[in-house]
Amino acid sequence: MQPDSLSFIFLNAVLINNFVLALFLGLCPFLGVSGKLDTAFPMGLATMFVMLVSSTCAYGINLVLNHFDIQFLRLISYIAVIASAVQLVEMTMKKFTPALFRALGIFLPLITTNCAILGLALFQTFKEYNFLQSLVYAIGAGVGFTLAIVLMAGLREKLSLANVPGAVQGAALSLMLGGMLSLAFMGFAGLGGSH
Amino acid sequence: MSRKPKTEITWDTFAEGLWRENPVFVMLLGMCPVLAVSNTAMNSLAMGLATTFVLLTSGALISILRNFIPKQVRIATYIVIIATFVTIVDYTIQAISLDLYNALGAFIQLIVVNCIILGRAEAFASKNTLARTVVNATGMGLGFTLALLCIGVVREVLGAGALFGIDLFGPSFEPWVVMILPPGGFIILGMWLLIFEYVRRSRADAAKSEEVKHAA
Repeated sequence: MQPDSLSFIFLNAVLINNFVLALFLGLCPFLGVSGKLDTAFPMGLATMFVMLVSSTCAYGINLVLNHFDIQFLRLISYIAVIASAVQLVEMTMKKFTPALFRALGIFLPLITTNCAILGLALFQTFKEYNFLQSLVYAIGAGVGFTLAIVLMAGLREKLSLANVPGAVQGAALSLMLGGMLSLAFMGFAGLGGSH
Repeated sequence: MSRKPKTEITWDTFAEGLWRENPVFVMLLGMCPVLAVSNTAMNSLAMGLATTFVLLTSGALISILRNFIPKQVRIATYIVIIATFVTIVDYTIQAISLDLYNALGAFIQLIVVNCIILGRAEAFASKNTLARTVVNATGMGLGFTLALLCIGVVREVLGAGALFGIDLFGPSFEPWVVMILPPGGFIILGMWLLIFEYVRRSRADAAKSEEVKHAA
């Protein structure tokens, strides 16, 4: 596969360099919202939507910044766009799915500080993807994030029924699970080169 | 809500970030850089210091401006202030050491979205005087650096058989490569949390049995 073909970019973002399990981006919601499948899946979708919007905007902004040669403003303008995109998702959800809005709670506005989103915008800039490639990369990253958080939620739902020694319960157990998942995802590294 | 900020600076203002409210081990904030760049002790140290600098400067500026920032747009304002200082750090590290810059990758710029910084801005800097904020931010930053080092040292020793790039065990040591790779980050942090939880529990148990003895 060509390293810049669309299918490779997609597979790369979903499996080989999964944003959560290989690049450590977006761990806060990954550990925070993965308690139940019912909330984990919508959280993944919301994140994917914000990723798409911010990736598209970041592409446009980068063109403008390059045109005026003011790349040092990149970080500030990206984060401003992401914050507005999150606000948009928040308002939409509040209007159409109020129950879900309450279930996600503080983690919805915290998508702004989800490093997966800013990371995506920065990576696509570093890799100099064109518009279509950025779009595919964003979808891939979103799918990868959803996959990781749903897998994690499934495991944690099963584990909540298991008899676990006292000291291991809670964050330590979640991290160990994350480690195992990450180990499993390393197997995909054989699919292609690094990055 | 009383608008009068607390002014006294105690040892606790500084030390709460080091141990009792350690951002990584207790509050579980800012995990992404913690796991991503802690594969060697040197990277951990650099990342910790960069984050401390941003915590300190953005906290100080927010504390100075706290009475001027309208409540409705405070988060956006904080983010812009933080992004400014992160840009400064980004260019500074690039100027000092390109190797380090490449090793840390995008994670320097991602300090912007580190929950600790925004969290401290909202929870502490926006309510306290400049001096208190500076002291507290230093403690928090050092606590973060310490936690990163704890993880980084273990990962580098196990995964590369070295510490700060100095070989420890000689050529007969077979490195445990998985510790440098992503899964190692999760597992080592999980282990540290496990140890802390275990210590906390056994202390609580000891206190309880002491009480029982007293009662008897």
